Amino acid sequence: MLELKDISYDVEDGQEEKGILKHINLKIDDRFVAITGPNGGGKSTLAKMIAGIIKPSEGRIFFDGEDITDKSITERARMGISFAFQQPVRFKGLTVRDLINMAAGKPISTAKACNYLSEVGLCAKDYIGREINASLSGGELKRIEIAMIIARGTKLSVFDEPEAGIDLWSFQNLIHVFEKLHEQVQGSIIIISHQERILNIADKIIVIADGEVVRYGKKAEVLPDLLGGLGGCRFYKGE
Amino acid sequence: MLDAIELGLLEQVAGMHEIPEGAYNIRANGVSEARNSTANIEIVSKTDRPGIDIIIKPGTKNESVHIPVVLSQTGLKDLVYNDFYVGDDADVFIVAGCGINNCGEQASEHDGIHTFHIGKNARVKYVEKHYGEGDGNGDRILNPTTIIEVDEGGYMEMDSVQIKGVDSTERVTKAVLKDNAKVVIKEKIMTHGKQWAKTDFEVDLDGQNSSADVMSRSVARGTSHQRFLSKINGNNACAGHTECDAIIMDDSSVSAIPELTANHIDASLIHEAAIGKIAGEQLIKLMTLGLTEEEAEAQIISGFLK
Repeated sequence: MLELKDISYDVEDGQEEKGILKHINLKIDDRFVAITGPNGGGKSTLAKMIAGIIKPSEGRIFFDGEDITDKSITERARMGISFAFQQPVRFKGLTVRDLINMAAGKPISTAKACNYLSEVGLCAKDYIGREINASLSGGELKRIEIAMIIARGTKLSVFDEPEAGIDLWSFQNLIHVFEKLHEQVQGSIIIISHQERILNIADKIIVIADGEVVRYGKKAEVLPDLLGGLGGCRFYKGE
Repeated sequence: MLDAIELGLLEQVAGMHEIPEGAYNIRANGVSEARNSTANIEIVSKTDRPGIDIIIKPGTKNESVHIPVVLSQTGLKDLVYNDFYVGDDADVFIVAGCGINNCGEQASEHDGIHTFHIGKNARVKYVEKHYGEGDGNGDRILNPTTIIEVDEGGYMEMDSVQIKGVDSTERVTKAVLKDNAKVVIKEKIMTHGKQWAKTDFEVDLDGQNSSADVMSRSVARGTSHQRFLSKINGNNACAGHTECDAIIMDDSSVSAIPELTANHIDASLIHEAAIGKIAGEQLIKLMTLGLTEEEAEAQIISGFLK
């Protein structure tokens, strides 16, 4: 489904070039893949690169065998890639319904839009007409962001730390959302997360530290090491 | 009879497809074209100067007044004074607006001076739309002045919209409020090309527990200029809030100038202003939903001015 070949991303840091991502090679075909690792390790950069927001300095990206490296954000979205932002964007004037309609690609019935909101634990009738402005809390925005991804229902969905800010909503529901999304579209879901319970539903786990893939394997193999004190420290240090 | 151009303008400014229900006065090219008074709402011509008096009886509920103006002659300068006398305890909906179609070379101008005398505990929702069209070189100029006097416990909500085609506008809105009176003013403006728009709000909160909320949302494109002045004087225990939110595009410019004066220890006044281009992350978010950059921009602007 998704293949990253020798992906590097450099930024200028004063006089010298700094490598944010260094020669990443990954093939992702599974149902759930979790990406974890220390802050500043390059996880969000990688997610933005898949969505087309950041272009790699080197390397190629393939989606269903097609080279999408030079495709725009819009083209990738239309090919079936969705991306839930870590920090959702606010819009003065646009309502929850407007965004869900745009996500669905067409105006949808109120009942259907409400279903998407209910799935993420929002009482739909209270939210459908609300503006996506400062009156919504971070947690509410986060759930609306997830509802948009459900409304899109694409082959590949990338979530950047979806659990952040969903304090009152149980993880179980969030996990249920991911499972249902997979059932509906039979696609792949990539989740950037630090949460053990989310890592626990993954088929595979990728550990990224200091711009490199330091571990990629089945959950059963990777997770115990991450959680196992010394092992975790070793990976998080990127050694 | 109104011609097709005039009917088109009427639809733009008053959403009218046909003669409205209730009281109305339709002014076309400087003269009254049609008029209807009702049992509770009387419309009469002024005798001392151009314009009409709209007299709404106390206690009138759920009735509407439409007073649109259309100009389709080039070079016409139309000045009109309309006075609304809204009786105590009335609750009415008033639609005004002006549409100009100028296909000629000379400037067409409409200056409407509307004065609202709002009685005790009366409620008014007032909608005003301005619109210009026409392929001539003559400027389309609209300078509306609105004077609002709200008696004790009265309420007025004013929605003014100018989205298209007006070359130059200077809008003045002044309000004076007595005890427990409230005004809510919402303005939406979009300018393009070389247009110029100036809006000037001045609210005197004279009464105890009076309040004013003035909100402007605007989009400036091309090389257009906008200037937003808002002045609130808190002369009693009162609450005033003014907000200017503007999106600038291309080579346009927008100024927001607040002036808040608290003359009373219990006056609470707030001003907020935000001017800037469309945030890049907003465009990116909508593009990740499959919209092109142009489609994303159009959605953001139409939502902003909705």
